[in-house]
Amino acid sequence: AAKLTYSPGKFSTDETPNSFEDITTYNNFYEFGTGKEDPSTYASALTTDPWSIVIDGMVDRPGTYDLADILKDQPLEERIYRFRCVEAWSMVVPWIGFELSGLLNRVGVQPSAKYVAFETLVRPEEMIGQQSPILDWPYREGLRLDEAMHPLTILATGLYGEEMPKQNGAPIRLVVPWKYGFKSIKSIVKITLTDQQPQTTWNMLQPSEYGFYSNVNPTVDHPRWSQASERRIGAGLFAGRQDTLMFNGYEEQVAALYAGMDLKANY
Amino acid sequence: MDRINTLARRVPVNAVYAAGLLPFLWIVWLTFTNGLGPDPVKEIELRLGELGLQFLVAGLVITPLRWAGLNLIRFRRAIGLLAFFYVAMHLMAWVTLDMGLRWSEMAADLVKRWYIIIGMAGFVAMIPLAITSNNASVRRLGSATWNSLHRLTYVAALAGAIHYVVLVKAWPIEPLLYLGAVLALLAARVWRRQQKRAATPVRQPAAQ
Repeated sequence: AAKLTYSPGKFSTDETPNSFEDITTYNNFYEFGTGKEDPSTYASALTTDPWSIVIDGMVDRPGTYDLADILKDQPLEERIYRFRCVEAWSMVVPWIGFELSGLLNRVGVQPSAKYVAFETLVRPEEMIGQQSPILDWPYREGLRLDEAMHPLTILATGLYGEEMPKQNGAPIRLVVPWKYGFKSIKSIVKITLTDQQPQTTWNMLQPSEYGFYSNVNPTVDHPRWSQASERRIGAGLFAGRQDTLMFNGYEEQVAALYAGMDLKANY
Repeated sequence: MDRINTLARRVPVNAVYAAGLLPFLWIVWLTFTNGLGPDPVKEIELRLGELGLQFLVAGLVITPLRWAGLNLIRFRRAIGLLAFFYVAMHLMAWVTLDMGLRWSEMAADLVKRWYIIIGMAGFVAMIPLAITSNNASVRRLGSATWNSLHRLTYVAALAGAIHYVVLVKAWPIEPLLYLGAVLALLAARVWRRQQKRAATPVRQPAAQ
């Protein structure tokens, strides 16, 4: 993959990142199948050039933006973030990306907007997982506007200094490190500013299990399994588990976003 | 069919034990050669659990095959014990490798998590079966009691299949196939019983 030019970013953890191999062969991307190895097996079929993103809703400059246009004037940074899956495993990933706020400020968010909605590409002929109705395609995700504008929230276009591998959500994906991984939607083709809380895919499928917020929270269990601890991928056969941190360890940066909110009710 | 039965009679039961342990050795081999991918713990756990379920299903297939004239009953004990072995290993993998001996978390899961409760119930149901899987126990219990006791296999297989369906996200096809197979094999027994019951009163007067 092509090398990217980037600067070392703020907010990076000093934990050791997982290997490129781990990150690119073990992940969920149901557009290519439900197995962890399916994305790396099938994602090569995806065409990522040309790529454009529709930006619409409550913005001053709506339109269909070519990827090159989206990336223009957005300085790329490396952000080494912890990544916590709702399935209770975790990794450390050296993303390359830019703050989502940079793009939103450029297109001009109108004062009435309260949420940002995202959609993934639907192209079943290239994304074989979409040939079965395991999820209600397109994959949808959303953030409250203040979450979207937070400096930790990035649009990532690469990892390990190279262009984003297709199985990890090429050419451009969201990364919200204090939320469960499924919130970090991949291969984005649509961004909508809205005043309504958007529908999100996993919430539509099982609302009691996957809330809109889905902040990493060791004290709020998934109805079917505990979220108190996690297995760090790559830690070895006998490494056991580690405690899951509130907001995935980003409590200091993001707790203020949820001041006064009942996090059990707003899971 | 007779040819297959004759052939099957020549296969020593020990060969079934040996063959049944090959998948276990394969997992051990893959573990030591880094062949299980980035998350070997989950892979070991999943493979052992699936093998347990496969042997449970195989055990349930023996009886319907006998109705069809194929007699593999000699191998049923081996298949059942292999199922127990893989389910026990699956549980061991969960306790040691996955949960890392976090006893309090496991204890909490045991009362709160349906997939853990159901899975554990399935394992517990298999313990008396493993203990009584010898000729002495058959003699001591009498074959009628022994047979009733061993209907716990139905509980174990059903629990195992439900455990798998409940623990995955969304509705992937594989766990549903196992559950479908178990339900079909249990339904076949109910159907057979009803057929027999329907047939009995007709035959009895004819015999008098």
